[in-house]
Amino acid sequence: MSADQIAIIAAMTVPLLGAAAIAIAGKAPNLREGVTLVTALLLLAAVLSLLPDVLAGARPQWAFDEILPGIAIAFRVEPLGMIFALVASLLWPINSLYSIGYMRGNDESHQTRFYVCFAIALWAAMGIAFSANLVTLFIFYEVLTLSTYPLVTHKGTEAARDGGRVYLGILIATSIGLLLPAIVWTWSAAGTTDFTDGGILAGHLDGPLVGVLLFLFMFGIGKAALMPVHRWLPAAMVAPTPVSALLHAVAVVKAGVFTVVKVIVYVFGLETLQAEPSAQWLLYAAGFTIIVASVIALRQDNLKRRLAYSTVSQLSYVILAAAILAPLSVVGAALHIAAHAFGKITLFFAAGAIYTAAHKTEVSQLRGIGWRMPWTMTAFTIGSLSMIGVPPAAGFISKWYLLVGAFSMEQWVAVGVVVLSTVLNAAYFLPIVFSAFARDGDNGGPEHGEAPWPIVAALTATAALTVLLFLFHQIPLDLARQMAGA
Amino acid sequence: MIVENLPALQVVLPLLAAPLCLLLSRGRPAWLVATLISWLGLAISVVLLWQVKDGSVIHYAFGGWAAPWGIEYVVDRLAAYVLLIVSLIAAVMMPYAWRSLSSEIDAHLLPLAFTLMLLCLAGLLGIVITGDAFNLFVLLEISSLSTYALISLGKDRRSLTAAYQYLIMGTIGATFFIIGVGLMYQLTGTLNMADLAERIDALEDRRTLKTAFAFITVGLALKLAMFPLHLWLPNAYTFAPSVVTAFLAATATKVALYAMIRFVYTVFGTHFAFESMHIEVLVLPLAAVGIFITSVVAVFQHDIKRMLAYSSVAQIGYMLLGIGMATVTGLTASLVHLFNHALMKGALFLALGAVCYRIGRCDIDRMAGIARDMPLTMAAFVVGGLSLIGVPLTVGFLSKWYLLSAAMELGWWPLAALVLVTSLIAVVYIGRVVEAAYFRERPAGTETVQEAPAVLLIPTWILVAANLYFGIHSSLTLGVAGDAAAHLFGAVK
Repeated sequence: MSADQIAIIAAMTVPLLGAAAIAIAGKAPNLREGVTLVTALLLLAAVLSLLPDVLAGARPQWAFDEILPGIAIAFRVEPLGMIFALVASLLWPINSLYSIGYMRGNDESHQTRFYVCFAIALWAAMGIAFSANLVTLFIFYEVLTLSTYPLVTHKGTEAARDGGRVYLGILIATSIGLLLPAIVWTWSAAGTTDFTDGGILAGHLDGPLVGVLLFLFMFGIGKAALMPVHRWLPAAMVAPTPVSALLHAVAVVKAGVFTVVKVIVYVFGLETLQAEPSAQWLLYAAGFTIIVASVIALRQDNLKRRLAYSTVSQLSYVILAAAILAPLSVVGAALHIAAHAFGKITLFFAAGAIYTAAHKTEVSQLRGIGWRMPWTMTAFTIGSLSMIGVPPAAGFISKWYLLVGAFSMEQWVAVGVVVLSTVLNAAYFLPIVFSAFARDGDNGGPEHGEAPWPIVAALTATAALTVLLFLFHQIPLDLARQMAGA
Repeated sequence: MIVENLPALQVVLPLLAAPLCLLLSRGRPAWLVATLISWLGLAISVVLLWQVKDGSVIHYAFGGWAAPWGIEYVVDRLAAYVLLIVSLIAAVMMPYAWRSLSSEIDAHLLPLAFTLMLLCLAGLLGIVITGDAFNLFVLLEISSLSTYALISLGKDRRSLTAAYQYLIMGTIGATFFIIGVGLMYQLTGTLNMADLAERIDALEDRRTLKTAFAFITVGLALKLAMFPLHLWLPNAYTFAPSVVTAFLAATATKVALYAMIRFVYTVFGTHFAFESMHIEVLVLPLAAVGIFITSVVAVFQHDIKRMLAYSSVAQIGYMLLGIGMATVTGLTASLVHLFNHALMKGALFLALGAVCYRIGRCDIDRMAGIARDMPLTMAAFVVGGLSLIGVPLTVGFLSKWYLLSAAMELGWWPLAALVLVTSLIAVVYIGRVVEAAYFRERPAGTETVQEAPAVLLIPTWILVAANLYFGIHSSLTLGVAGDAAAHLFGAVK
């Protein structure tokens, strides 16, 4: 057994063991939080240890057991999965630090259950990232849905129950109702569900059926929040902010678009889709989602809901980039998974910091708050810039590749969508920034300063990562190029 | 010596131990005997499966009288597999039965209850193992009669009506079955199932044979609660004692389904059943409509036992779909689901039984907030529910996968859609219970209750663990079911 295999096994067991240890240590909060942090760091180490070999072109794999004849629970680390795993495992320790500040600062109940579910969710995210076939991916996709349900309904109130109902309802209905038949169909058509360079469906399926199967996949992957199956994401905002930050800006939604890219690149294959007119609709569906979600975001006063709709819009950037079907735009899609993750988690961290320090949740209440919480609002500004896609934030890089790809394929619709949505992004983020730093601000309320230090440390770190990813994007870029063959 | 006689012992042990339980005349010793016998039964069925795993077949001539004069017991892979399911469920539930039954029925009836449970077990095991059509009828009656009595033991007086209703319907079913067997005997002069299969080849055009086929399938359809012949089942499951419901839901309908498979595929043969009689024209639409209707009806039930009962009828519909497809994959799906459904419904009914043990009746309103008081029991219920829905890493996922594959293989998209839609309806009815138990407050005026005792929790969790274990390490169930299905089709004439 090679070192890489051990690393895969470690990545697939450490979060689970961590969850068990957290449950055992539940009575001693300090020990419990220590376990969370250690688990997160161990996972990060395991994932990082895989990076050099994958960069060098290796594809380490490990199979657990056959669950169905000919289909094993198997893992294979390829570049796209590496990017997703890196992003999730890098942000988990930071988010754990933030969680500690947030959950204690707000006196939340059931904290042990919270951390246990969090660890299981990260385990599922790793499983998705490293899955070697559709069935393995589907297994962990469902684990992720179910393990985040108790986090969404954490508060146990009527509102939490209703939010949870929408959340679980849409995610389960789409995954069982559409994604599962898509997988079984793929299996019966191609005789395999392994992710393979160049796709597995070429020669097994053609004509309008390709478009139909693509439809089942794209709306079956409800986590990618393509309209109209996006409503679970705003509904999930009822969760405590650390959940919204790591799970509903990073792990869960990125699992969705990650799956979309994987299916397009490794199941259909870019060339199969390029040759098939019936697959064209995806571009328009993604473009529609980008614009409409931005317009809705513009009209939200609740900060977290505005961020949620921004996420819906940004997720469709990834789908749009993949749907352009140019290798360079697919590179953009992969990079955007990372870029959006760092930016959006920063924005959610800031929203949670504002809630913890000032108990404010609406955009209209934030006038002048930047002077009381300079760190928080500076980080918020950086996150906003990344969403809009201007330097020096990471969002610029991914948008660049997306546009280059769109030009190369002469997809003018995509170019128009990107330009329009950039304007919209600016329209709903910049006013928050300007008003937060308005001189005449301060609408009263009790005196407050910054949120507790773990929160500030965490959001500073992610804001720094957003800028660093702009400056040093070579590693994710190399990985993305390997995947897209560009 | 003992090993040679294992096929007989499998049935005779519980049959002989049953009167012993009655003679002991006190609850606890009777329970100990029943538990011991059920464990021995499990050991025997494990050995039997191990013996025939390579595809060999054990023929056992009862009392040394060779077939076709004597009664022959036949253990092939399929039979051994179903024997294992039944005896596994019995072995897990017997330890549970004592606490659960003693809270629901009078103490002086307890020895009788264990006697009846052993008789029922003997009957069910016998149906599976026997190779003789008339013997099958006798064993069907043994299990059915003991079931009627068991249902009537429920503490709610409506259990008497439920038992009576089942008695009427069940007797009609058994009568139809024996009429069919009689016609076949008149036609062929034999009752041995293997002999029958050989002799009816030449008689396929005879009207008597067609009539016999109709009587036998309708009779068995009543027994296995095929929609719309299921009307006895919801009441029976609702008002029977909890552990009896769990046992019946996990075994009785499965065994009737097994008998159906035996007759359709082995005795009559696929050629006669599908190409001459077109049984699928009847089975498929009824199964499809039944799955949908009973799933929807389940959503509107207040009594959770009744809800699961309706769900059972829907799940039986899935198995019938697989049978009606008349393909290897379809039949495999049926057999896989036969095993898996026993595990999931067993786990769900045991968890529910533990709730009933604490709060009396399992109305959804009475169960409000119960997860706070009984977290382990409700966690078991949730996992069982996930398995029923077909979430991956549980056995339910494998069932759904095979059913979908089978439907898609034939290009029957509407059926695939039906399976998916009804899975989502299962999300709704399981979700209702979960929301009530986890999000609502305990009803006003009720005291907090304690977590269920360990003797109830451990068997429940054994079945829950089996749901997960066989959901991941599926080679045993999928392998045996796949081989058995291929074998049944290999015998096509």
